[in-house]
Amino acid sequence: MKIIVGQGSCGIAAGANKVYAAIEEEFKSRDMKGELALTGCVGMCYLEPIVEVIQENGEKITYVKVTPEMVKEIIAENIPGYTIEKQDEEILLKQKRIALKNCGLINPESIEEYIASGGYQGIEKCVKEMSPEEVIEEVKSANLRGRGGAGFPTWFKWNAARQSLDTPKYMVCNADEGDPGAFMDRSILEGDPHSVIEGMLIGAYAIGANEGVIYVRAEYPLAILRLEKAMGQAKEKGYLGQDIKGSGFSFELRIKAGAGAFVCGEETALIASLEGERGMPRLKPPFPAQKGYWQKPTNINNVETFANIPWIIRNGGNAFAEIGSEKSKGTKVFALTGKIKKGGLVEVPMGIPLREIIFDIGGGIKNDKGFKAVQMGGPSGGCIPEHLLDTAVDYDSINKTGAIMGSGGMVVMDETTCMVDMARFFLDFTRKESCGKCIHCRIGTKRMLEILTRICNGDGRDGDIELLQELGLKIKDGSLCGLGQTAPNPVLSTIQYFREEYEQHIYDKKCPAKQCTSLLTYTILPQYCIGCGICAKNCPVQAIAGERKQPYTILQDTCIQCGKCKEVCRFQAVEVE
Amino acid sequence: MGCCMEKNERKEIGEVSQSKWEKLKTKIDKYKEIPGSLISVLQEAQEIYGYLPKEILQQIGESMGIKPAKIHGVATFYTQFRLEPVGKYLISLCQGTACHVNGSKLIEEVIRSELNVDAGGTTKDQLFTLHNVACLGCCSLSPVMMINGETYGKLTPDMARMIIREIMTSEQKGV
Repeated sequence: MKIIVGQGSCGIAAGANKVYAAIEEEFKSRDMKGELALTGCVGMCYLEPIVEVIQENGEKITYVKVTPEMVKEIIAENIPGYTIEKQDEEILLKQKRIALKNCGLINPESIEEYIASGGYQGIEKCVKEMSPEEVIEEVKSANLRGRGGAGFPTWFKWNAARQSLDTPKYMVCNADEGDPGAFMDRSILEGDPHSVIEGMLIGAYAIGANEGVIYVRAEYPLAILRLEKAMGQAKEKGYLGQDIKGSGFSFELRIKAGAGAFVCGEETALIASLEGERGMPRLKPPFPAQKGYWQKPTNINNVETFANIPWIIRNGGNAFAEIGSEKSKGTKVFALTGKIKKGGLVEVPMGIPLREIIFDIGGGIKNDKGFKAVQMGGPSGGCIPEHLLDTAVDYDSINKTGAIMGSGGMVVMDETTCMVDMARFFLDFTRKESCGKCIHCRIGTKRMLEILTRICNGDGRDGDIELLQELGLKIKDGSLCGLGQTAPNPVLSTIQYFREEYEQHIYDKKCPAKQCTSLLTYTILPQYCIGCGICAKNCPVQAIAGERKQPYTILQDTCIQCGKCKEVCRFQAVEVE
Repeated sequence: MGCCMEKNERKEIGEVSQSKWEKLKTKIDKYKEIPGSLISVLQEAQEIYGYLPKEILQQIGESMGIKPAKIHGVATFYTQFRLEPVGKYLISLCQGTACHVNGSKLIEEVIRSELNVDAGGTTKDQLFTLHNVACLGCCSLSPVMMINGETYGKLTPDMARMIIREIMTSEQKGV
């Protein structure tokens, strides 16, 4: 019997480690000879912890939402309804997995399993059969575009770095996944670190670099650990280091842990951070391909981009280009979160409609509430409303809606999400993360945040919407890097599609989603109130008056709209408006 | 006697800080060879001390030949670095988009009122530090918080309150 436990960060957070330990314990106490292994995240985060049992006859049973208490029964093969449901299994069939193809299937800590899945064949093919120019040509025919957000053609960057005459050259992997609500890169690093290493090797061979750095977010300790292990194994097997597989090509790789700064996702800021400085972006040109890390030619790609490369080399660029839409080829990984039933990681062919991702794969909205919008691209992106749900997921179509493809965060919102509050949330984030170099970004985001905060607090004024729009456009124009140039997007796109909601906040002093506390009125419905007095007892400001066994009332002048009364009332007698 | 004990205690503290510094010093010597390693050194220092004490920043500067202003600039730029000591329990409350949509604001309010401390602050008894973080990456468990490395997901205000109170009670019993 072989048991595999999904141990990505989300699985562990859901208790996978405890399940793993319980299985180990159970094996010991039964004196069983079972094999226990781990794997990365398969993407079905809503079912974690996930345990797979593979019987001697090859039969596989998947158990979901496993707790340590369930382990005894699972091992005793007494299977009382813990197994995965058919419709959940089918979610995987609706996807097309290239970057995630090994995630949740192989043991990320075993190079043998990676090699058995066809791993490192790509780099072997490159160094033995292909010239660097041919490698670039292959990536060009695949038409792979950068998966970090901007969607710049990968081959073009590689070619520019290849053409640079200066040496040494550097290959850098951007694993500083800073977009709150996105965890694609983390899952790939945790679930299939070798694919990223192989992708970097192929890229390094193509541009002529012999040194590489992976810049990982320090908040991803497990990813760093698995990468370190993978690098050690690759070195042992001769895939990293000097004279790789007798080809004469050498590549040394190291990890650098970032220290938490969203702006370091920008290439030039990332380079400054690699050099031990404050992560401030600089003017381009010169581009990193000419003058990057230590003023030498440097190529930077994102984790998911690299994870696609081995597949492209093995299967050919044309096979990759057959997947996807006209201008966006291949697949894209999305982190589907928010008010969604089946949240997790999905990889789909470019060009499929948003609706399919959210309703077919994601199972629709939690608690069957109404869909309101989906936020794409995080703090640089925007909200896409319901009438655009049939938009195809590719770079150009998403850009047209005012959102961006971004790195792959897809946060679903329902009717209880306030769009003004959402815009305020993102502005609060970019205001904190602005490095301060450009005045428009540094001060402009602060001013925009102040305006949004006052609208949420019920102090919005006539003209605020126009002021936000004007400021937004100026910040876009007056900022040097992507952070500032895109920071106003969440505000501008919500004004574009949900202007009414802004107006209701400003003129009617009402929050239709009932999120902005200052705009809410709490009242007690006498027909439901039994006069138990628990609300009055819990009110922190003594704003509820009444006599026992009689309906209570809320004194509006004293009420601070904390919602405590609604929380404690067992008879749904507190109404919010 | 009392005076004597105090001296011993002081000596012990001195030894601890000496051994910590020596530990850091070996790391500094290793990183000195690699240009651009200031961030890595600060990360090592924080790992050893739990935060970045002012005098340690000074000493790092002296050993690496870097001006204090630059070290301060780097240390204050990145959110990972803390210039103040943290409590025994570090609560990292996720403020990512998914957590925000699923009600992290309410969780924060509960914790703040339970501990009587603002985000970024430490309780007077040095037991808890409340720290808002951008995203812990367990979005499907939102809202999420992490206390000393342990993740608590799908929180409700009541659950958060209970978790905090449980820690408080176990601490009181321990003392």
